[in-house]
Amino acid sequence: MRTDGLRVAYGSKEVLRGIDLPIAKGKVTALVGPSGCGKTTLLRTLNRLTDLTSTCSVSGIVTIDGEDCMAMDPVLLRRRVGMVFQKPNVFPMSIRENVLYGVKARGNGKTEYAEILESSLRKAVIWDEVKDRLDESALALSGGQQQRVCIARTLATSPEVVLMDEPGASLDPRSTQLLEESILAIRGDFTVVIVTHDIPQAHRVSDFLAFLYDGRVVEFGETRQLFAEPREHATKEYLEGGLVTVPPVGNVAAAAVPVSA
Amino acid sequence: MRRVLLADQLATAVLWSIAGSVILILIAIIAHFLLAALPDFTPSFLIADPSTDVIGGVGPVLWNSVYVLALTMLVTVPLGVLGAVFMAEYAGTGRLIDLIRFSQELIGSVPSIVVGLFGFAVFVAATGWGFTALAGALALTVFNLPLMTRLAEQAMRAVPDDERSASFALGATKWQTIRHVVLPIAIPGLVTGVILTAGRVFGEAAALLFTAGLATPGRLNFANLNLLDPRSPWSPFHTATTLSVYLWRINSEGTGPVVDQVANLTAAVLIVAVLIFNLGSRALGQLLQRRITGTRS
Repeated sequence: MRTDGLRVAYGSKEVLRGIDLPIAKGKVTALVGPSGCGKTTLLRTLNRLTDLTSTCSVSGIVTIDGEDCMAMDPVLLRRRVGMVFQKPNVFPMSIRENVLYGVKARGNGKTEYAEILESSLRKAVIWDEVKDRLDESALALSGGQQQRVCIARTLATSPEVVLMDEPGASLDPRSTQLLEESILAIRGDFTVVIVTHDIPQAHRVSDFLAFLYDGRVVEFGETRQLFAEPREHATKEYLEGGLVTVPPVGNVAAAAVPVSA
Repeated sequence: MRRVLLADQLATAVLWSIAGSVILILIAIIAHFLLAALPDFTPSFLIADPSTDVIGGVGPVLWNSVYVLALTMLVTVPLGVLGAVFMAEYAGTGRLIDLIRFSQELIGSVPSIVVGLFGFAVFVAATGWGFTALAGALALTVFNLPLMTRLAEQAMRAVPDDERSASFALGATKWQTIRHVVLPIAIPGLVTGVILTAGRVFGEAAALLFTAGLATPGRLNFANLNLLDPRSPWSPFHTATTLSVYLWRINSEGTGPVVDQVANLTAAVLIVAVLIFNLGSRALGQLLQRRITGTRS
């Protein structure tokens, strides 16, 4: 996927001010930046969940395999671009029904449900914990388990791209570790775009890194490179301490206001 | 500081006593009629034909109540839920939805006796059906649809947007999302809507006087399965005096030695029937949700 000159506004408030971002196939791309910099909005634009907000207006280009995402039926786009949310939002159904929900919604008729169920739960590193209780309610699981069921549910629909919006934000360290295992396990088979506030996590799981600030991409490159020799001072500051004291150039409007990220 | 604490204690006491008196009133009503009815109650009262000379029964009237209730719900619930789906998921905001909401509130506050007169003009006279269970059910639908729609809409709006987003993100269509995620999660709220509207149907007399009729029904022949025959108790075209209407009738124009006993007995049956329906539909709602969502809550 890639975006060119992507601008997104909620009402009169512009949240993304021209994003040009390539998303490499089969790689993990992490989006980092202070709260309110537009990471989540960017993510929601990639599968057009922004369509659900009536005040949201999008301009610019988003493509998947060269096809224009904005011209597609959003339902068909979302079948190719899945998403895992910040809060584990399992449906109040059994684990089995949760994982197969998207597959069944597609209505392909005869499908190897059992096979899909097991393989996606395995990829999400939760098969062993739930294999004997597939018909129990997903709500009975712990938060970390629920989040991995959410990942399995997304993988089950075999999307090309998996978007993750701070998937570890509400999890304990052990669950976060399993989550990261899962991300590393699916790398290669799926393209992953992950938003995270956890900078060490971005370092651990991502191949590419984009640092966003005030609706713009300040710096983008290979994760290793960005951590080793960041081009911008703000990138260095953020990756080292999570704080930006001197706003990056190009953010003239933001320079006047104190940064409280 | 002491005044603040005192005010706090006072507020707690007042709120508790208000809540307590609600329960007391409920118990008093139930106890009053049950105690009044108990000495004369025999199980045969539930199935025997009405009479005011000797204590007969409320068999046909009880049947009519259940029948009219079922018929009304058959029309009200689907229409109400579909209307609510439109209001909660499709209508968005704007002039049209404001107008619908305004009409909803207005219809909801029209006195039921007026709804009865309207029902008489349309469902009894204009259709040429005469006094029928169907006319009664349709009048009650007019009366209840705004409430059912409103409660169902609230139940659907209470479903977290996270659940909708999750469904959309999995490539489900809007209709799939509504059918498989929103409605199942909304079931408890929908059941509340059904119970509240059903309670009004059971208790309603005014709207039924001019539509379902108030003739004292004779013996019911359940072997007559012809749905178009007005004499068949299964037919929507039979005259259907309900418990409430019957109670109103014997109290206002009944003469005879046992009128008071029959009235008390009828009231007791009415109350118990509403209680059973209430508890029953709650249990059914829970069962339904468990079946659909696989949860054990």
